[in-house]
Amino acid sequence: MTDNNNGVLVVVEVSESQPIDLGLEMLALARYLTDSMGGIVTAVAFGTGMETTGETLIAHGADQVLINDNSIFANFHAEAWLPDLSKIIAEVAPAIVLIGHSESGTDLAPRLAFRLDVDVATGCESIEVMNGQPHMTRSCFGGLAREVVTFTKTPTLATVRSKSQQALPPMMERSGEIKHVDSILDENSIRTRVVNRETEKADGVKMESAKIVIGGGLGLGGPEGFKTLNEIAELVDGAVGASRAACDLDWCPRSYQIGLSGRTVAPELYIAVGISGASHHMAGCGNSKTIVSVNSDPNAEIFKSSRFGIVGNSQEIMPALAEEIRKLKA
Amino acid sequence: MKIVVCVKQIQNPEIPSAQFRIDEQAKVLIPVSGLQPVLSPFDEQAVEAALRIRDSLGEDADVEITIVTIASKASRAPIKAALALGADNAVLLSDSVFDGSGGYVTARNLAEAIRTIGDVDLILTGRQAADGDAGVVGLGIAEILDIPAITFARDVRINDGVVTVQRVLQDGIETVEADLPALVTISNELGKVRHASMRETMRAAKKPVNEWMPDDIGLDETQVGSTAMRYKLERLYIPVNDIECEFIGGDTPADIAAALAQHMREAKLI
Repeated sequence: MTDNNNGVLVVVEVSESQPIDLGLEMLALARYLTDSMGGIVTAVAFGTGMETTGETLIAHGADQVLINDNSIFANFHAEAWLPDLSKIIAEVAPAIVLIGHSESGTDLAPRLAFRLDVDVATGCESIEVMNGQPHMTRSCFGGLAREVVTFTKTPTLATVRSKSQQALPPMMERSGEIKHVDSILDENSIRTRVVNRETEKADGVKMESAKIVIGGGLGLGGPEGFKTLNEIAELVDGAVGASRAACDLDWCPRSYQIGLSGRTVAPELYIAVGISGASHHMAGCGNSKTIVSVNSDPNAEIFKSSRFGIVGNSQEIMPALAEEIRKLKA
Repeated sequence: MKIVVCVKQIQNPEIPSAQFRIDEQAKVLIPVSGLQPVLSPFDEQAVEAALRIRDSLGEDADVEITIVTIASKASRAPIKAALALGADNAVLLSDSVFDGSGGYVTARNLAEAIRTIGDVDLILTGRQAADGDAGVVGLGIAEILDIPAITFARDVRINDGVVTVQRVLQDGIETVEADLPALVTISNELGKVRHASMRETMRAAKKPVNEWMPDDIGLDETQVGSTAMRYKLERLYIPVNDIECEFIGGDTPADIAAALAQHMREAKLI
């Protein structure tokens, strides 16, 4: 068997017929990688109603877009995606396959790895080609350490952390090819059945795109603390997140969780309130531009990652901050 | 009904980060001396999920829970802990050749052990180990055994040969079912795990722990250890953080809040 060498293939998730940010971020990484090792950037999108998706992906760096438009792909379902995706990868023969380290990607990539009989590096923060070989840097030990790994068999399969890369500005004049692929899926091969899906529609600004994110932890003392955080978020057009510990106590919706097993944010400003700074939390907010933290413990880990720190009782300081911002805005 | 729970023993992930050390030369963790290894937290919750299934099915269902782990003989404490929680027996892949070969080989080795156990209805694993943070092994086992897999469970129930799982999604909950045999990976949302009772702890000492070598599960030397590995660890290090924190003080909460708001305004954040 010859080695795969045809550039980088990016699996792009599509939401409401548009690629999600992480997909565009990965296209930038794919361009960077093909610059040093050659080959083309192929974007693969599964979904439905993707009339303009192909153009968007080309404008953001794809040379070739493969669209698999089928109502069965409207919602992510790993078992449904695998046969088509495996076939596409066999045909394109990329040296590297990038998948988003999202809820869907973390469910999909390990399965795909074993179908392709390769290993997979999950949650990568960066990929560099050295001596022709992709070197993946990923977080491990709950965010305390980083490891750099290489693989002995192609394609190199990696999931990429959200916000670890910056999408390229769209260039509408870029050219590329858009192909529609026919699904080979035999629906009888799907063994897992989704019987119900209940989604909670989050209000306000989406956490991943907010310029200011306020995270709450155990130091808030209870669910009431989140009310103040939400008030402040509303005043500054920000979003509210939380540590795993606060979610586990049901002080806030599960969807608030930031960290290794939750969401990843990288806002201009992250305000950590009553959060100790456990490494698994920092894994979800460590790329924020500025971190400000409020904690009653002067030795809290979180201060080591913070630009500004306040030692004090968050239950007194946060209502005062809300008041202060109200004054400034008036 | 046979349930296998795959667990990994790791250094306690709750230690203060100042105690966490890496030997960059050898590319390994330097264990904190005197610290007992523990079950990886998500795996502990997988044991709990198995116990809850047995509790809900009752005595008649005759549920047998087997713990399977890869570990050289260094420590038996985490296995004993799982048995003390109520698991019936354990299989230890105890040859040192099984250790540290990464997710790809680990999944292959565990899958062969599960095949050797035979007639397993349900396999449970944690969503990811709390040291490697990879989340590869569980799904890998399912692919190798060619059975359905459902990830990130907060609730697992068995009814008439069907497993029904509530999956945690970022924006909600999804209910997924599959016919047995199947594999389910467990997330922290499963909730609190039980404590071992005195009675179970006493009983645990007598529960069978089988030690298996590669031969015992039909693996030859090309399928274990470094020869089978698909990856190479190039570097392992602790990232340096060079941020200096500027503390904002004040006499009253209002003073502190005013100073913070001022900083935010200067930085054009509000």
